[in-house]
Amino acid sequence: MDLNYSQEESTFRDEVRGWLKANLPQDLRDKIATYDELSREDLLRWHRILAKQGWVAPAWPKEWGGTSWNMVQRYIFEEECGLAGTPPLIPFGLSMCGPVILRFGTDAQKKRFLPRIYQGEDFWCQGYSEPGSGSDLASLKTKAERKGDHYIVNGQKTWTTLGHFADWIFCLVRTDSSLSKRQEGISFLLIDMKTPGITVRPLILMDGGHEVNEVFFDDVKVPVENLVFEEGKGWTVAKYLLGHERMNTGRIGTSKRELAKLKEFAGRQKGDDGRPLFADARFRDKLTRVEVELMALEITNLRFLDQMRRSGQPPGADVSMLKIKGTEIQQALTELSMQAADSSAQEEFTGLAKRYCNFRKTTIYAGSNEIQRNIISKMTLGL
Amino acid sequence: MNFDYNEEQQLLADSVRRFLAKGYDFEARRKIVASKEGWSPAVWSTISEMGLTGLPFSPDYGGFGGGAVDLMGVMEAAGEALLVEPYLATVGLGAQFVSRAGSDAQKKAILPAVVEGKLKMAFAHTEKGARYNLAKVDVQAKRAGAGWEISGEKFVVLGAPVADKFVVSAKTDKGLSLFLVDSKNTKIKPYVTLDKQRAGDVGFSKAQGELIGPEGGALAVIEEVVDFATALICAEAVGAMKFACDTTLEYLKTRKQFGVPIGTFQALQHRIVDMYVSYEQAKSMACLAASKADSPVDAGDRARSISAAKIKIADNCRHISQEAIQLHGGMGMTDEMKVSHSFRRLTMIAQQFGDAEHHLARFARLG
Ligand SMILES: Cc1cc2nc3c(=O)[nH]c(=O)nc-3n(C[C@H](O)[C@H](O)[C@H](O)COP(=O)(O)OP(=O)(O)OC[C@H]3O[C@@H](n4cnc5c(N)ncnc54)[C@H](O)[C@@H]3O)c2cc1C
Repeated sequence: MDLNYSQEESTFRDEVRGWLKANLPQDLRDKIATYDELSREDLLRWHRILAKQGWVAPAWPKEWGGTSWNMVQRYIFEEECGLAGTPPLIPFGLSMCGPVILRFGTDAQKKRFLPRIYQGEDFWCQGYSEPGSGSDLASLKTKAERKGDHYIVNGQKTWTTLGHFADWIFCLVRTDSSLSKRQEGISFLLIDMKTPGITVRPLILMDGGHEVNEVFFDDVKVPVENLVFEEGKGWTVAKYLLGHERMNTGRIGTSKRELAKLKEFAGRQKGDDGRPLFADARFRDKLTRVEVELMALEITNLRFLDQMRRSGQPPGADVSMLKIKGTEIQQALTELSMQAADSSAQEEFTGLAKRYCNFRKTTIYAGSNEIQRNIISKMTLGL
Repeated sequence: MNFDYNEEQQLLADSVRRFLAKGYDFEARRKIVASKEGWSPAVWSTISEMGLTGLPFSPDYGGFGGGAVDLMGVMEAAGEALLVEPYLATVGLGAQFVSRAGSDAQKKAILPAVVEGKLKMAFAHTEKGARYNLAKVDVQAKRAGAGWEISGEKFVVLGAPVADKFVVSAKTDKGLSLFLVDSKNTKIKPYVTLDKQRAGDVGFSKAQGELIGPEGGALAVIEEVVDFATALICAEAVGAMKFACDTTLEYLKTRKQFGVPIGTFQALQHRIVDMYVSYEQAKSMACLAASKADSPVDAGDRARSISAAKIKIADNCRHISQEAIQLHGGMGMTDEMKVSHSFRRLTMIAQQFGDAEHHLARFARLG
């Protein structure tokens, strides 16, 4: 057994680290450090810097701009981005719609959409969830009726993250409601957000922020060439995406960075006795427990990665485990930061408290942690 | 042994609940919270007409001579409705100092006005870097003629923007003391807290003050009043928890996924059961806190019980509020749902007057 990275992997890490240090603009670095809201332009700017370097879509095939890094290198890259505190790469185009088009799209669709996703020319959002269909996605009702060479889309999507920034939305829609198996009448459609009949309405979350939206479709005309894969086979597409290797689900780099920040912060805060809070055994123990959880998650993640590399099998339900633990750790870190803040420093405290509020979302979205447990119990344990 | 409210207490709690259900529903609260002032004079006058502002003060000054136990039902109802009126700051904190430590003249000047709802107060105590240590005060008071001059700054003073008078802790040559200061002699930086209450940082620059109680040695009465207020927010937490549990239970019964109410999933059934277990435990400890605030064996007994209660309340505030959001799914995250506001209030109560760690340390110290 050897838990260390190989020489080449370490060299690769150094290269990535050095490049990030030199190329992450200071203003973006500061915004991330102070948890400022990122504008559309901020997000796209970082996207384009990586695109220029050729690192924006490592998992894509070489011909479309991928890096041909292996799984471990990709993991290292993501971890280093987290550690450096880069703006997030918005996943909807790069790691959702892109891979779907690569796997199921026509040549024309590939040529039309992939370069624009890669270059950050189109901002994408994800239109899966509906008011009545969250965990039970297959019950979705948004209807797309074929009329000549168009689909006419009617219905509503909700929780659409950054829909207010988006140029395009990929949607699961119902093209046939006559089938008894609900999964069978669903199709995967790409919709231009500028099409008449689309209305985007903000949903304000409890931290007061605007990141999600309701998107309404009222007789929206979508050309049939925007259908991905066959009509009625949208569920296959959606399932492929769920099973698509996402080994960064645990957000280990980001959490490591937040942990280091919290330690430094707790060193500056005073406990009841006037000494640094970090020296307070009660607080320190709580923080150490989170740190140990994170270590365990990191090693688990690497262990799964190593297994995957050897077996060549996709990760399956293991990803669910990483999602559960990763999000619990992210939440614990925001809770401890809020607790560490001196509540008499109103602005600082409230900022951290809002972050604590906001991070409750992590165990709800991208398949709630309850649904992840259902997946493990079914797929791994056979219950 | 009798854990029930007596008839009077029950009637009062019921009438408060009825009033809040009608005049303080979530929409009404939303409007009040969004207003410039952040509180409602109309609600406040009803509160005092119902006798709530006089409840814990002596009949000599127009009050009803009640204690924390009498206030419990009121605070529970306030917690369910997420009341943002400056009730705790005035009745639970500011005026308590006058009632417990003030001279007859001070009581006569202040308490009847509080009872009638004409005077709002706040307790200006917390300083930068003190965390939850009640003894750490650097604001200074110096004699000036017959009175005193206070100088320094206090932070996150609950109800500050609304208060007519402050009770301020400050150091004199003889030690920690308390002073009454008119709000017009202060400089207030107001803001809205996470749970939509109004608070502010309060600056005193040679502000005229009137000594309350003896000079030096105010720590004992500060601890007594803060323990009293802690007992009150424990009861408030129980109300907010009850709302969070009940509304989540309702959601589990009505929200359908996979063709069935999500409450049919055993994984969620156990989770909501644990929420109710937390609620019952919290309620028990809130009863303990209130009864020990009123009739402790001694100050140590009071402090120990109230810290124990606050530990349990803080932990269960976190547990219940987090689970309530989780079981609501995305809806729980939204500002438009009352459950997310109960989350915020419960988050704040968990650390108001000391988080669980502070009270663990205090409890351990008391043996
Ligand atoms: C901040 C945020 C951003 C989001 N962004 C997007 C986006 O960009 N695009 C998009 O399409 N969607 C997005 N979502 C939606 C997200 O995927 C859903 O919220 C999620 O699927 C849960 O669905 P729901 O909110 O309807 O909750 P529900 O499905 O109603 O669940 C309510 C509760 O029941 C539990 N539950 C449900 N079924 C079961 C079961 N079988 N067993 C046990 N427990 C169960 C859930 O875990 C949850 O605790 C976002 C959500 C949030 C909060």
